Amino acid sequence: MKIAFKLNGKKVSIDCPEETKLLWALREKFQLTGTKFGCGIAQCGVCTVHLNGNPIRACVMPMSAVDGASVVTIEGLAKKDKLHPLQEAWINEQVPQCGYCQPGQLMQAAALLKANPSPTREEIIEHMNGVICRCGTYHRIVKAIQQTIDKK
Amino acid sequence: MISNDVNKIDRRSFLKFSGSITFVISAGLAYPLYSFFRKEEQENIPINAWVQISPDDKVTIYNPAAEMGQGSRTALPIILAEEMDADWAKVIIKDSPIDAAVYGHDGWGSRPMMAIVGSYAVEGYYKNLRLAGTQVRQILKTIASNHWKVPLTELSTEANKVIHQPTGKRLSYGDIVALGQMPSVLPEVSPELLKNPKDFKIIGTDIARRDIPEKVNGKAVYSIDIILPGMAYAAIERSPVLGSKPVLLNEQEIMNLPGVLDIVILDHGIVVIADDIEAAFYARQRLSIQWSDVPAIEYNSEESLHEYASLLNDPSYDITEVFTVGDVKNQNSIIKTFTSDYLNDYVYHAQMEPLNAVVALSEDRTSAEIWVGTQAPDTALRDAAKTLGIEASKIILHRCYLGGGFGRRARRDYLIDACLIARQSKINRPIKLIWRRENDLSSGMFRPKSLQRLTAGMDTNGNLITWEHKIIGPGRGLLHTGINIPFYNIPNQKMEVKYIDHSVQTCSWRAEGHSQNKFAIEAFMDEIATNVNIDPLTFRRRLLKDNPRALHVLNTVAKMANWDSNTPTGKGRGLSFCERSAITACVCEISLNQNTGKIKVHKVWMAVDAGLVVQPKNAITQIEGGIIMAISAAMLERISIKNGKVEQSNFHDYSILRYADVPETIEIELIRSLEKPVGIGEASLPGVGGAIANAFAALTGKRLYRMPFTPDRVKKVLDT
Repeated sequence: MKIAFKLNGKKVSIDCPEETKLLWALREKFQLTGTKFGCGIAQCGVCTVHLNGNPIRACVMPMSAVDGASVVTIEGLAKKDKLHPLQEAWINEQVPQCGYCQPGQLMQAAALLKANPSPTREEIIEHMNGVICRCGTYHRIVKAIQQTIDKK
Repeated sequence: MISNDVNKIDRRSFLKFSGSITFVISAGLAYPLYSFFRKEEQENIPINAWVQISPDDKVTIYNPAAEMGQGSRTALPIILAEEMDADWAKVIIKDSPIDAAVYGHDGWGSRPMMAIVGSYAVEGYYKNLRLAGTQVRQILKTIASNHWKVPLTELSTEANKVIHQPTGKRLSYGDIVALGQMPSVLPEVSPELLKNPKDFKIIGTDIARRDIPEKVNGKAVYSIDIILPGMAYAAIERSPVLGSKPVLLNEQEIMNLPGVLDIVILDHGIVVIADDIEAAFYARQRLSIQWSDVPAIEYNSEESLHEYASLLNDPSYDITEVFTVGDVKNQNSIIKTFTSDYLNDYVYHAQMEPLNAVVALSEDRTSAEIWVGTQAPDTALRDAAKTLGIEASKIILHRCYLGGGFGRRARRDYLIDACLIARQSKINRPIKLIWRRENDLSSGMFRPKSLQRLTAGMDTNGNLITWEHKIIGPGRGLLHTGINIPFYNIPNQKMEVKYIDHSVQTCSWRAEGHSQNKFAIEAFMDEIATNVNIDPLTFRRRLLKDNPRALHVLNTVAKMANWDSNTPTGKGRGLSFCERSAITACVCEISLNQNTGKIKVHKVWMAVDAGLVVQPKNAITQIEGGIIMAISAAMLERISIKNGKVEQSNFHDYSILRYADVPETIEIELIRSLEKPVGIGEASLPGVGGAIANAFAALTGKRLYRMPFTPDRVKKVLDT
């Protein structure tokens, strides 16, 4: 099936079986490997990308659902050379350790701030709960998100 | 991995390097050179470099250690840069070649090794990197002294410059190497030439980690991200029970599936190779395999754990004495004896990047390139060479970032799988093997379960004078780390271990045995203190009174947590003290949902004495992360094995801590010290379990004897 969609602002198309998962299309076909594979069953959230602005788990999202949509990945989070404020906060707080889950964390957090520019701590925690981090950077991520809100 | 482009180069160009290590030292630019373990051979063999300086004043420092999130890739070059007085802004970090004889640390024996385990990177490399840096500084000063014809003693260095003190003349390091007057014999450096730690300029400051920028924009390369032209993908189904061998029942059906290129039969599994990863995963799911029966099929982890108490006295199992001092048996002044048993379950690493590796053989199969995330690059290279039947010198092993290590990536089973597949497959293409999360669990190597029996005797003065600790469980050497209590002054001690083999794979898990053993020790200590009606802080202070350094750590956390103040209503506070390389003391404040049995940790305070700290900010993040990982393991994590099979298969039935359960505050204080640095990465884990259990006792008057403290278990304790 031919699927045309917007990927990080550019029009792209791909010919693949409709059940192909967005995660693998992004990683192996478009070579955007920032989006990670963790569990394959939407339990860990490290594959989080934006589909029409909403955070979704790419590992279970069939390409048939992507046709005509807009997808933004970690590679598209910065605007040209300007980092997203969350990426800057991540650096300031020295958030990443192994770093593997961080693209998913950042995409999840970016979707929150888009929908709710000044979330409370409780709202941050509720929104972020689906993305896990084994190195235990949660505490710093919450700080980094709060720092971004404070700067606005 | 440093080179982001390595996954985009075409196949011809990456294979043509096979057989030659790509780093080249060009004379005149590549000095100075230093080899720690080949000193006597220096004049006869090519010497490898730690540092290269170019005429444009850039300093390249080789990092020997795996970067798995602990920050060593920045911390180790900082140590070297400090001693050579490099300008940190001009330092470029590259991964060193894989050669333990040159780039290894002293390890724990005489043989140098590159494995980074046990939080050993900074501790293991500290001395040698300082010497290497000092040698660089000496060489640069020597050249400047010859060039200016002034005595060496009139020269000093700072931020990439040699300065002639009397005249104020300066030469940059870049200008010095451009002079091309490298000494033919490298100067010996002795420890007297090292800086006084008081004079450190960049060690101990908040230098940002170099790996972080590429970890926030998706550019950091893990081995799972490698894409090579013509690459095929492998998925594996591994023995569900250790030792079980497969017979494939539907080979033709699998070969007919779309995209399938080949099937490889291994002793311990069946591999499907396909054109793309989804085709490989799809075919893997459809494999019909008959597994051979093995004795391990009889094993049930829960039943077996309940047998441990009686096995502890069974003479048919060998007992290993780990440590003895004094005599625990013949003490007449004992008036009170305490004893308790503690249990813990198997725990899984759950590193976020599933295990994987990429192997590319040259067309004639006499050389290879490998991409892998490994904690032990030297042993990984050796294993790859052996498995492929290709000399190590003809293999280029690219070290990638590790999406979590925690001990799991010190083992090489996943790399060996990838090498076996490349060797046995008839297709001549690079192959990326990705274990699914389900493989990662079913072939997990766990932190061992155990039973621990603690016994202590108290004399008429209220002093503990005997201490016995017995552990029984699988995992051999992994079982008893942390069993010793080096800071508590108890004159008679005996520590013993009984090893049992269940045909379950075990492996170092961040902080090894310390997490469960310190839980038992600290919970027991608290139980004794409560029993004799002494505040747990006072009780531990008495035991630590002869160790000022340890006592200071304990007192620091007591002050941080305001231990003597009243605990808020509905909350409980618990204390622990322990050591895992660094000395730590911890206070946890918890609440409890009486209906569900769910414990919530609200606040954590921790004081840490790790000696001199190279990167304080990074140390804090490591300690925070360790606390969160330890709360996760103490509250939630449990692997169970039934009929030889791991019952959990993915994150839906193996939960790890999520945001909702992260403490509201985590306060950490690093004790300022100029003592030799020790490991930090694991230091914060062992104290957490005990502090939570003790907080629970303070809140409810009841004790938790089995970790993890899952709600169902807590509920049972509350109901008794």
